Amino acid sequence: MLQIAGLQIRVPSNLTRFVLFALLSVALMLLDKRGHHLQNIRAGLTVVFAPIQLIAAVPVRAGGAVVDFFRGDTAQREELERLRKERPLLFARLEKYEALAAENAHLRQLLGTSALVADKALAAELLEVASEPFRRTIVIAKGAKDGLYVGQPVIDAFGIRGQVTEVGVYQSRAILITDPDHAIPVQVNRNGLRAVAFGTGDADTVSIRYLTASADIREGDLLVSSGLGGGFPFGYPVAKVVKIVNNPNESFLDIVATPVAQLGHHKEVLLIWPSKSTTPPAARKPEAPLKPAATKKPPEARQPAPSKPPAASPPTAPTAAPTGPAATPKPEPTPAPPSPPAGEPMP
Amino acid sequence: MNLSSQSRSRLVIAATFLVALVLSILPWPVWTEQFRPDWVALVLIYWCMALPGRIGVGSGFFAGLILDVLYGSMLGENALAKSLIAFLTVHFHLQLRMFPRWQQAVVVLLLVAANNLLVLWIKHLAGASPSTWSYITPGIVSMLIWPWLFVILRDIRRHGNIS
Repeated sequence: MLQIAGLQIRVPSNLTRFVLFALLSVALMLLDKRGHHLQNIRAGLTVVFAPIQLIAAVPVRAGGAVVDFFRGDTAQREELERLRKERPLLFARLEKYEALAAENAHLRQLLGTSALVADKALAAELLEVASEPFRRTIVIAKGAKDGLYVGQPVIDAFGIRGQVTEVGVYQSRAILITDPDHAIPVQVNRNGLRAVAFGTGDADTVSIRYLTASADIREGDLLVSSGLGGGFPFGYPVAKVVKIVNNPNESFLDIVATPVAQLGHHKEVLLIWPSKSTTPPAARKPEAPLKPAATKKPPEARQPAPSKPPAASPPTAPTAAPTGPAATPKPEPTPAPPSPPAGEPMP
Repeated sequence: MNLSSQSRSRLVIAATFLVALVLSILPWPVWTEQFRPDWVALVLIYWCMALPGRIGVGSGFFAGLILDVLYGSMLGENALAKSLIAFLTVHFHLQLRMFPRWQQAVVVLLLVAANNLLVLWIKHLAGASPSTWSYITPGIVSMLIWPWLFVILRDIRRHGNIS
């Protein structure tokens, strides 16, 4: 327990050391916060200490393997594994439906179009769930080698979970929508009212701030991403309003919402690459009717189609006209099904 | 011989820190998060108390820095907090050794609470706003774990002949 004096130099006292290291810490924090000078150092350190994260992930993986082992024979297990991988992808495609239906109802007579394009998606294993107090982050087992980028949306089968904040080579860190540092632009699915959902640090609440008492928002409303700001694609479910408190002393409503995504469970998340065209409907230019419109209303969508080849369709052209021209006054964007404009040059 | 025992003991101490680091990022259900004890602080306090000449502010700083990297928090946050813990423990190590176990546990509670308060304070200064989070619960759980962890680490130290 004796001090090992190096050569003739006096060993600095405990207090001196503390002051030195405290100054070093403060310097690090300032560099990290202000200048982002430490990105490379941090990336290097993350790689060096990645083994610790992998060790921490072992019990989870081992637990999964043991459970799988006792579950059934190989073929069944493989089948199950395949289906389990497929499920979130299918859910993710489904989850746009609700927003789409509402949008369709509102805009079909005005725009005659709705444009939500299937996004590219990638499933990623969850390595670690935020253990640091005060924060809500996760570590996922995909990184720069899979093409991840900072700011990329992270979703699951139920809704938006958060976004990527740090990309390593093999693993990345994502911040959840409940993190106190996170905010996401949303809109009320029922009427398109715009708002921003802030994380609270609480595991299952986000708060909607800066809405006045006159805002048309009710308990039970579904909030979907509005796509403003360009970070998140439009139309993914974010949260459900659970409580609205109108305190007359405050200028804004106190609104509490619960995230729709299962932030607490599920081993896998989905990373998506939003396609360029998924902008909010208001800002969107009329485009060719897309898959949703085509699949949802096959009879109507089909009707104009047969009208194209024969040209002998004066009766069908007028019926398509009221919806068509109003929606697509711009030069015709794409060839395929949109026949209304095609009807004009016919005569 | 002397050198090898020296490096071996260094290895054992590093291993206890490694285990503490793994334990502090091991995934648990979300609702248990606020009850997770501060493993790194516990191990650090023990070694600072037992070997104040070898484990001190520097070790605390580096352990905290690794924690910052693993948590993805601002570099230096936990490093500063752990340096503080190490400093206080080394400074009072003679008194701490004389304390009965329960009294040590109370000091552990205070140290971990101070650690969390400091981190919370830094986060506020940095502009983050962790709204409602109790900084005292990890301290309480750490306090309850201390007597058992103390016995385990003491056995490791005696068995490995680390001094």
